[in-house]
Amino acid sequence: MVGVGRRSLRETEELRACAHRVSRATSRKDDLLLGPPEEVSRSRRAGFAALDVAMTTEPEDPVAPLAAEPAVPSLVDRYFTRWYKADVKGKPSEDHCILQHSNRICVITLAGSHPVLQSGKTIKSISYQISTNCSRLQNKVSGKFKRGAQFLTELAPLCKIYCSDGEEYTISSCVRGRLMEVNENILHKPSILQEKPSTEGYIAVVLPKFEESRSITEGLLTQKEYEEVVLKRLKATTATSQGARTEVE
Amino acid sequence: MDSLSQNGEGKLSVTEDGSSSSKNSNLNVCNVCLGILQDFCEKEFIKKVCQKVEASGFEFTNLVLSVSFPPQLSVREHAAWLLVKQEMGKQSLSLGRNDIVQLKEAYKWITHPLFSEELGVPIDGKSLFEVSVVFAHPETVEDCHFLRAICPECFKPAKNKQSVFTRMAVMKALNKIKEEDFRKQFPCPPDSPKAVCTVLEIECAHGAVFVAGRYNKYSRNLPQTPWIIDGERKLESSVEELISDHLLKVFKAESFNFSSSGREDVDVRTLGNGRPFAIELVNPHRVHFTSQEIKELQQKINNSSNKIQVRDLQLVTREAIGHMKEGEEEKTKTYSALIWTNKAIQRKDIEFLDDIKDLKIDQKTPLRVLHRRPLAVRTRIIHSMETRYVDEHHFRLSLKTQAGTYIKEFVHGDFGRTKPNIGSLMEVTADILELDVEVNHFIVEMPVYTLSSTKIMLLKH
Repeated sequence: MVGVGRRSLRETEELRACAHRVSRATSRKDDLLLGPPEEVSRSRRAGFAALDVAMTTEPEDPVAPLAAEPAVPSLVDRYFTRWYKADVKGKPSEDHCILQHSNRICVITLAGSHPVLQSGKTIKSISYQISTNCSRLQNKVSGKFKRGAQFLTELAPLCKIYCSDGEEYTISSCVRGRLMEVNENILHKPSILQEKPSTEGYIAVVLPKFEESRSITEGLLTQKEYEEVVLKRLKATTATSQGARTEVE
Repeated sequence: MDSLSQNGEGKLSVTEDGSSSSKNSNLNVCNVCLGILQDFCEKEFIKKVCQKVEASGFEFTNLVLSVSFPPQLSVREHAAWLLVKQEMGKQSLSLGRNDIVQLKEAYKWITHPLFSEELGVPIDGKSLFEVSVVFAHPETVEDCHFLRAICPECFKPAKNKQSVFTRMAVMKALNKIKEEDFRKQFPCPPDSPKAVCTVLEIECAHGAVFVAGRYNKYSRNLPQTPWIIDGERKLESSVEELISDHLLKVFKAESFNFSSSGREDVDVRTLGNGRPFAIELVNPHRVHFTSQEIKELQQKINNSSNKIQVRDLQLVTREAIGHMKEGEEEKTKTYSALIWTNKAIQRKDIEFLDDIKDLKIDQKTPLRVLHRRPLAVRTRIIHSMETRYVDEHHFRLSLKTQAGTYIKEFVHGDFGRTKPNIGSLMEVTADILELDVEVNHFIVEMPVYTLSSTKIMLLKH
């Protein structure tokens, strides 16, 4: 059996998806007129109760982060749509997640399946110097129309991540547009990238051209499509390892 | 009409040859006034104009008459003046430009009393109600064109103008041109036209009136202005429509312009005395209201929706709008937020927030507005906070902040781009579930009336 004593990626994804579905079902309707605060917390608790049911399938594993998932969708879920690009630049499992805001701004982050986010990986350093002449830190935008920004294509490198095991990973933009900013917080404290990859640990903010704001997602995967890709990948790995065991036996 | 006579005062007058019927095609048309003082000063014409004014449905207690003559008339007036000056000179008398009565002035001297009598109201230069009559004389349109050759700089084409030969431009050129040059190009006395002027348009319009008040917003699903993307309305109604639609109807106005002292997000309630607003009603047909009628109008607005409530509704002057936006006696804003935390918390975990005074925070332009605002870092001050524990994952937070602080971002941190934030201060992941703003804006020019007719919901304890 794969992943005994340690939650496999697949199981984590399933639980997350389950919690997500539960949170959607209990999310409040828009108009919150009046109502004393007690009413509010009661409904929240109802949401938590449903989550507790989901949790009981994995009693031995610590569920602290998931049990606290709000009944109302998170900041990311409320304003953003998640898009994915798998195996970026052909490198296996180097998956990126693009958070597209309803106002078309894109936040580039690492997907949960990216090697850097797997347990056991330690980041040594992060660098925005992607070539001798270009550092993403030098990016300067001015004015309402964001003049002076570095223009990015889908394959444009954003940063390099150096790990303690000697591995080096390049993070790419995945969307065309103007670079607004790169996250300087992860330079000073790289662990944020692993602790909160979808929020404080973001890589960069990109503003696509207005005309292209819909078309940029054409080459990207939806949440569902991404989950299928990850599932397929997992099955392939399982098959290989099982095959190897059979051979040995 | 080729000869001009003068009286002792230097007043320009035209002698007619006795025929009186204005419809007579044999009538010789005056070569200076182009028939305006002949046909269009009669009671018959005035009556025609007044009929149109009355039919327009405007409510008015006085009026200002605005008359527009064709530009070529100024050229003819100029020619007449030069001729009269010449004659006076022969008698060793000097004549200044201002000694001549302008045609427009003479026209108004004659017609004002006639309008007054017919409509039963005085003529007042300061009146907001304007009756405008526009004359044209297509036959002599090219009379002005010679001026362009001599003073080309006066006739630069502009985007809005159909023709460069506007009255202003022609007057400017006439002031510049030398007498000899003028006489070379234009006959003095001028030629006689075949027909009189035509009336291009008779229009009435009322200057804008202003209504001000304060509004409270109780819905978490209402934008301030209509939310329409690609022709599709994304959210039903808006604050401005809920208030203005009633005013538009009662004032019988053409359109409105809504402005307020600040604004709040769609999902934020506005409590306290309410946010001051002012509405400009464009071209209103009805303008006189008693204070009782205004009170009833306020009640009508409040009865029609529970999403907003209006108070202190009053008629104000245009100047009052400026005061609303800037100079104020006292303006305070307190926010009240319902906060969720991912980690379980106890009362003691939030107590420290009550003791923080004048906290400095740095806010990068929030991602949710970055598409339309410049990227910058703004330093803001959180003056004070007050917490109220709700349960292990919720607490209420009251804040007093500097103007322009993004509260939502201060709570959830906006991807770490607002530092410090509630999450970082408490070392948890925090999110904001509800936000209310309490506005208490006292403006000297906009008195606060009694609270009796409005529901004030105070989220605070």
